[in-house]
Amino acid sequence: MAHLFFSDEEYLVVEAACDLVIPGGREAGVADYIDGFLGAFAVDPPRIWAGGPFSGRRGGEASFAEFLPLSPMDELAWRTRIEGSLGIRAREFSGPVVGLQQRYRDGLEALGADFPSLPAHAQGARLRTNEGFTDLLYEHACEGMYGAPEYGGNRDLAGWTAVGFEGDVQPRGYTDDEVSLP
Amino acid sequence: MGSGPGGSAVADVLTSAGWSVVIFEKGRNHLIDLDDPSRRKSDYSNDEIKFTVRHFLGPDPLLEPRTFRRSEADGDRAFVGDVNNLPATVGGGGVHADGKLPRFREEDFRLLGEHGPVDGAALADWPVSYADLEPFYAEAERLIGVAGDADANPFAAPRSKPYPMPPGAPMYGATLSAAAAERLGYHPYAAPTGANSVPYDGRPACNNCGFCAFYGCPIHAKGDPVAPLQRALLTGRAELRPETFVSEVHVRNGVATGVEYVDAGGTTHAETARVVVLAAGAIETPRLLLLSGFEHPLIGRHLMCHFQTIVMGGLRERVHPHRGRSVTHVHDDHLVADAASRQAAREAGLPWFRGGMVEHCGPGGPIQEAKIYPWGDAHLRSMQKSMFRDRMWGFTMQGEDMPQATNRVDLDPRVRDVWGFPVARVTYDSHPFERAASGHYGPRLAAILDEMGAEWTVTTSSPDAALPYGGFISPVPNSKHVMGTTRMGHDPATSVVDSYGRVHHVPNVVVADSSVFVTASGYGPTLTLVALALRAARALTS
Repeated sequence: MAHLFFSDEEYLVVEAACDLVIPGGREAGVADYIDGFLGAFAVDPPRIWAGGPFSGRRGGEASFAEFLPLSPMDELAWRTRIEGSLGIRAREFSGPVVGLQQRYRDGLEALGADFPSLPAHAQGARLRTNEGFTDLLYEHACEGMYGAPEYGGNRDLAGWTAVGFEGDVQPRGYTDDEVSLP
Repeated sequence: MGSGPGGSAVADVLTSAGWSVVIFEKGRNHLIDLDDPSRRKSDYSNDEIKFTVRHFLGPDPLLEPRTFRRSEADGDRAFVGDVNNLPATVGGGGVHADGKLPRFREEDFRLLGEHGPVDGAALADWPVSYADLEPFYAEAERLIGVAGDADANPFAAPRSKPYPMPPGAPMYGATLSAAAAERLGYHPYAAPTGANSVPYDGRPACNNCGFCAFYGCPIHAKGDPVAPLQRALLTGRAELRPETFVSEVHVRNGVATGVEYVDAGGTTHAETARVVVLAAGAIETPRLLLLSGFEHPLIGRHLMCHFQTIVMGGLRERVHPHRGRSVTHVHDDHLVADAASRQAAREAGLPWFRGGMVEHCGPGGPIQEAKIYPWGDAHLRSMQKSMFRDRMWGFTMQGEDMPQATNRVDLDPRVRDVWGFPVARVTYDSHPFERAASGHYGPRLAAILDEMGAEWTVTTSSPDAALPYGGFISPVPNSKHVMGTTRMGHDPATSVVDSYGRVHHVPNVVVADSSVFVTASGYGPTLTLVALALRAARALTS
């Protein structure tokens, strides 16, 4: 699959790092979640908010994959957050913002291109050395592992299945007994 | 201003009386098809990323930050970001709430008279009584659609009508905690909830999906303001303008003449009006009055929220807290003084205290859970064991918060929003009253979890001044129940609005949200603010 943001080399580092912070993260496509988020504006509508009301997994017509259009204000907020303010005046109304893309480029450079080939203990050491970036990566990895698969992660519902979570359930919902009984 | 529960209730009443109404909403519209208001939109979904991570219901704290400090000793501000943010979207706070809609009780309107003053608190009695408000409570319950059991709560105030619907299915965890609470002598009951237990007002029954608190309802079974807004729009006399930020109320010779607003493209417009209704919430409403140059010294003061005591416990069995209406049981016992609470108050140097309504509740979704555990080898095992989600249950007490003049909203001297206007600055610190009540009731809630068989319990409170900014618990209160910043009263010297929400000095400006509250009570504010808004709207049309 072509990536929306990462280079092939960067993608391999992200994938290896995700698999270390969440075992199974590689198979669950957590790196694709992060790539889809950082590259949200490479597609139209941008991959910020999945559609509604139903995914089709529990009945109804599937609509999560049709991402919702952003308003000009939404676009300003999310481009600033992801791309940074980049000296653009409209994005700097409350000062310069370092974007997530830059934080990832810096973080991946610090982990090193050789990261995927290192033994696990050495990978762990590099992640611990770059604590700030690892915290950011882990937050996104959690979203990619346990969020709706339409965002690119949780492939084949690997995350939800691994922990026994039922995920989105509309329009089926739960019966009263499923709510009230053990 | 504002299309939440207060603004939509007013729009419903005014349009049905033949008035023409323009509803300004600074957030986006994900609720109603404006080309055909009989149709609802379908943007809401069971999506943890969209609703809890990516600000789908707004406001985006990057574009519209607020600032916070505990006191002037912190300097101009100690924190910039999300401060008690309620949704900025069509439907407002009614969209994300899980819809617990209790009434206040008689004494909530006359705490000063009943219990006496508290040092350092600007306690006052309300200019309305429970009896004045009762018919409007009944109307509000019908307007929103509240499911409940009129006989279940022994502390409840008298009511003229039953709930329009019976309660929905109890959550399994709540059946356990309610039974344990009963064994310890408390009186848990089915929470009055704005989620349909049967088809109601053209909307379906709730199907227990569990994505309730912090989510919009994908099937519109929740009593968000969709019904009153649709009714208002379908008269043809209301116009809803999403993505418009009202920046000023124009006033000439003590009379409001209209408003100035910025549209989605950044262009400034003016609109004239005979009456201006403010329902933007207890932080944005005083901000707008201050931006407009209103000068009453109490505007923005007496900001209250609820002091939350959060007690959670780990259970041996799984209780699937992700199924059901987020909260199905509550108890009021900790709002009622007894010998032990009087003794504890005396020991804390207080004349009296009380806590708040206790919600029997589980934790959030798996993304929120995952971020609690450390990364690495143990992550997946932690998630599978699910100590902080599937095996967790507990309580949140919405503790009464004393009104203090020093707790306030004003305009930040430097920080601006995306439109270039000064943002709201919150100055807030808790009173010994809340801390003492929390310290007294926290162990009692933990004892209920022990009685349930919890393997461990943990007690926290929000706000907590000892913790750093930016975390889940911090000096910024988590409570979205903000109240009190244009308090109501008979005397223009000691209150900003009268008992009908009319600004004393500019009576054609009406406040129709929880800004008008005189005290916080220990109950969620929504039903009371809607009842007051209905009363204010009827006064306008009578």
